Amino acid sequence: MSKPRILVLRAPGINCERETHEAFARAGGAPEYLHVNQLIASPSRLQDFSVLVVPGGFSYGDDIMSGRVLATELKARLGTEITQFVERGGLGLGICNGFQVLVRLGLLPCTKGRLEEEVTLTHNLSNHYECRWVTLRSQKSRCVFLPEGLTLRWPAAHGEGRLVPRDAAMAEYLHTQGHVALCYVDADGRPTETYPLNPNGSPRGVAGLTNHTGRVLGVMPHPDRAWLPTHMPDWRNTALAQGAVPADGDGMELFRAMVRVAAAEV
Amino acid sequence: MQAWRIEVLVRSDMPDPAGNAALRSLHQAGLTGITSVRSRRGFLLGAGLNAAQAEQVAASVLMDPVTDRYEVLAPEAVPEPAAKGTHRVSVLLRPGVTDPVAHSVEKAMRDLGLPAVPAATYKAYEVTGTVDAKALAAAARRALANDVIQQVLPDQWPAGMPGPGGAADLQVQEVPLRTLDAAALVKLSQDGGLALDEAEMLAIQQHFRAQGRDPRRMELETLAQTWSEHCKHKTLTGRVRFRDGAREHLYDNLLKSTIAHVTRTLDRDFCVSVFVDNAGIIRFDEEDSVCIKVETHNRPSAIEPFGGAGTGVGGVIRDVLGTGLGARPIASTDVFCFAPPDMPAAQVPAGCMHPASIMKGVVSGVRDYGNPMGIPTVNGSIHFDENFVGNPLVYVGNIGILPTRRASKQPRAGDFIVALGGRTGRDGIHGATFSSMDLHTESEKVSSGAVQIGDPITERKVMDAVMRAADEDLFHAITDCGAGGFSSAVGEMSEDLGATVELEGAPLKYQGLAPWEIWISEAQERMVLSVPPERLDRLMTVCREESCEAVVLGRFEPTGRLVVKYGGVVHADMDLHFLHKGLPVRERQALYVPQQHTEPSLPAESDPRSALLAVMADFGVCSKEWVIRQYDHEVQAGSAGKPLCGVRNDGPADAAVIAPKLGSKRGVVLSNGLNPRYSRIDPAAMAECALDEAMRNSVAAGGDPDTTAVLDNYCWGNTRNAERLGELVRATEALCSLAIAYRTPFVSGKDSLHNEFRAGDRTITIPGCILVTAMSVIPDVGRTVTSDLKRTGSLLVLVGTTKDELGGSVYYKTKGQLGANVPRVDARLGSDVLHGVARAVQSHCVLAAHDLSEGGLGAAAAEMALAGRKGIRVDLDAVSALAPERSLFSESQSRILLEVAPDRLADLVANLGPAPHAVVGSVTGTDRVEFTRGKAAWCTATLAEVERAWKRPLDFDGTLVPEVRP
Repeated sequence: MSKPRILVLRAPGINCERETHEAFARAGGAPEYLHVNQLIASPSRLQDFSVLVVPGGFSYGDDIMSGRVLATELKARLGTEITQFVERGGLGLGICNGFQVLVRLGLLPCTKGRLEEEVTLTHNLSNHYECRWVTLRSQKSRCVFLPEGLTLRWPAAHGEGRLVPRDAAMAEYLHTQGHVALCYVDADGRPTETYPLNPNGSPRGVAGLTNHTGRVLGVMPHPDRAWLPTHMPDWRNTALAQGAVPADGDGMELFRAMVRVAAAEV
Repeated sequence: MQAWRIEVLVRSDMPDPAGNAALRSLHQAGLTGITSVRSRRGFLLGAGLNAAQAEQVAASVLMDPVTDRYEVLAPEAVPEPAAKGTHRVSVLLRPGVTDPVAHSVEKAMRDLGLPAVPAATYKAYEVTGTVDAKALAAAARRALANDVIQQVLPDQWPAGMPGPGGAADLQVQEVPLRTLDAAALVKLSQDGGLALDEAEMLAIQQHFRAQGRDPRRMELETLAQTWSEHCKHKTLTGRVRFRDGAREHLYDNLLKSTIAHVTRTLDRDFCVSVFVDNAGIIRFDEEDSVCIKVETHNRPSAIEPFGGAGTGVGGVIRDVLGTGLGARPIASTDVFCFAPPDMPAAQVPAGCMHPASIMKGVVSGVRDYGNPMGIPTVNGSIHFDENFVGNPLVYVGNIGILPTRRASKQPRAGDFIVALGGRTGRDGIHGATFSSMDLHTESEKVSSGAVQIGDPITERKVMDAVMRAADEDLFHAITDCGAGGFSSAVGEMSEDLGATVELEGAPLKYQGLAPWEIWISEAQERMVLSVPPERLDRLMTVCREESCEAVVLGRFEPTGRLVVKYGGVVHADMDLHFLHKGLPVRERQALYVPQQHTEPSLPAESDPRSALLAVMADFGVCSKEWVIRQYDHEVQAGSAGKPLCGVRNDGPADAAVIAPKLGSKRGVVLSNGLNPRYSRIDPAAMAECALDEAMRNSVAAGGDPDTTAVLDNYCWGNTRNAERLGELVRATEALCSLAIAYRTPFVSGKDSLHNEFRAGDRTITIPGCILVTAMSVIPDVGRTVTSDLKRTGSLLVLVGTTKDELGGSVYYKTKGQLGANVPRVDARLGSDVLHGVARAVQSHCVLAAHDLSEGGLGAAAAEMALAGRKGIRVDLDAVSALAPERSLFSESQSRILLEVAPDRLADLVANLGPAPHAVVGSVTGTDRVEFTRGKAAWCTATLAEVERAWKRPLDFDGTLVPEVRP
């Protein structure tokens, strides 16, 4: 099996590309950086890749609103290519600002296969940015690479992470049709709206969504900051309890799963 | 100019956090009668759009289709008056103030294929309630705007686009000064905001007399920038005649014979480059080095905290980016000093912002610059003292990593001078000279031009472009545009060479700048590179790919002269030797007069529990979680020791641990030390304790005292006053003698020397502060510890000696006392403690460690217990023979509290070696912190009580201490 090629998108203000790139490399993928300007210059290059990743950051400063300017650029300049990429079965991942971009672009949750804004990621109820570790649980969903029932601790770091569907019907559809892939959970593993377990007030604790094909995933918290054992906040306690630090941090599960699925299809 | 006016507002069925925050702020500003505030985000778009296009921008770019709606007002339309019972307030940027969002709106319109029209942004608020329009406007000016950069329009929509800059004055202006007398020269300097003294003006006069001409305005401005205290540190590098009692000493160059002397004497092999570059560089591993720089941005932060702090962060990041041939920033550290945020408004002098507003502005400024840059803010501290009311201190630091082979740089003759990044505007004119003057009641009016607003995304583009260019070896030298703008950057780079600059090509934010303004503007986010001709094309390609604007400004030439032209006309033609070496050596008098203080005669502590809780609730001791959580401390995935630790991630960490090369265990431990209060008793104690605290913090987290480099950052009062300067010299002598003993070289430093505020006839001087920042390189981040207690049944071992040293302590402060017995550092003992603890951590026999600083053993032990959610029992009679409250709250230095498993105690003791230590207690299974005398209870508090006391003071959101926790 050859290593799947993974496009790690760069753009002004995207700033988590290095840790995302390294995580995919550790997971056995073949990640490459491509600046959005380079991709616009030769859009067909997108089809050389198995996975498209939009890393976290503050694309274009999150001016106007998070993700808006990059999403507008992607839609206007690369909309056709991105739609083709997903239709032919490419995998997609948006982390934090990348998730915000994919939502504004309409690639998530994309319940109808059309690029339209069905949900938003808007201001945290606290009205400010916040960085804290959260506990997540993967839900039963369409996502082809994120298995149900994983308990994952990743850090969240955002000011606009409250996921609001455009209306009640959309909210219901997302939950019943398997678009909700990841939730903030309480100590019993139940989705929660309680602060600070849920850092932004996202209704029903939604932290991540997948699209209709289950091949594109967006997550607000950062697996890219949780893949080394020493990334975990309590690695010293774990080492004391288990006699050694584990091989990986919790975020590695996602990267390995994506690479596994992509590799099987290469 | 007319414009489309589009206002986006959250739909009425959706929460409006920004509106709620505005309501709170207006209430806090004392406005009554208002019941609700809805926020509006306003946009101005050039009238060149048609109605359909304006609607398209509003619907598809400006609003969130799920939560928002919008209103459009056509360019010629007149807005309807506000409905009865409602008001509106528009908040607009003043002309010339950077508006980063506007550029993004313009970009999005380009992406949509719309006509190229200008954009601008503003904010508006819809206010409901019974309120007088005038009172609302006044409150809005305080609570929703900063007068320095924004204007408030009550009950109005903006009329149109902000005005254009006007026509530029391109004339070469000569400043006739050859015939002036000394008094007239001084007046010329004052009126022009040059901050040059009589001797300096006379030297300039003499120089130009010899040339047979008067200086051109640009030349005089260049000299003022280059010779500013900010750029040349002329007090600390000048001659100082110091008297301390009978002892008299003449320092020829204070900095060289003290701080730099330490580094030279120690001659540590890990130092790669010290005191010559933007930042100090030390070796990290076989290939790479790490560099570190800490700056101050006090003045701008006093009058515009958000912009001042943000651009401070931006500036120090550029310092690191411009170190060697480009270093990649990996972490930030920020230390602030404010007046207490609960200071009654009546005590705040006219012309000062309230300390709570300053604090919130500074924190959000650091947040909104550092987070978008993608650089984690991993370490810091906050200190409080009434005398910071007029001069808050904002220390901003940054660490970078670079290949050691790229550690030095040199422009070459024939290289192009290339300017990268942001455009030049009128923002920040005279920032360098402004920082050398005293602040006073009118400062916010006269110095608004010195304020800059940052644009972090422009800086991020610069960083991305510079990192790629550095990896491809596309330039010979690089420096940042900081104080003095192009004049300092090009002036410094050309010092040993010469340069010709043509300013007409410099990209401007708006028209109307005179050439001298372009030359000295401190507009942000700009770097200057020295690029060999054969690499220029490649550099331009890289910059284009990274969306980073770059232009050729001129060339370096071996002429010894700095020639600056605009449109071919010479505006400056200066001798570089005079520019850099012509500054007259300054001599200052320094006199140390010891402060007379006495110890208070306090009764024996009658309520130990309340005393402990009062110490925990002191602003200096209490939890800073509200601040820390707003900073991204995880980005770049280097974090191996976080600013908050423990089972609920709310315990304080002593130092940050980062592993910057992903996958490698090699790391850096970053810490700091500062205690302004000790300076009120003895500046020598303040200085020693700062170094000792930085070192304690480092080893308590796993740092190695043998691989640690330190930085000194001075913030002082008016050093033209001999006693202030005497205190500074005394502090410096103490700091240096301890640094020699600890073998810690200084690798970089900075000073800010005029921190006085004049309010009427009262002068408020800050306590003299030296912030010490310590950076230790360690081989394995896996051998580091945190402060949270790990296991019931462990023993608590106190390393160090507890003395009757409560002068300047938090305990005395809670009793309204200062005291006299300020802690001093015993260098021998301190070194034993640092090395003993470092060995113990390396040997894996320490489960938790925490340094003892403000609040002494009481605060440290309670914090460890709280972080681990484990009760403790500590016998104060095992700590010292002093009264129990003294054992508990003494702030004796060189002490660290360790948690050790009982079966590792012998190992621990062996590792501690000569460091004095005692088993003072144990980790219990209870929910209580207990301090005893022998077996007798003396002070008991529950963990919940400790948590409430410790978290409440700075819980600005009211979320840190929820009634019920899951």
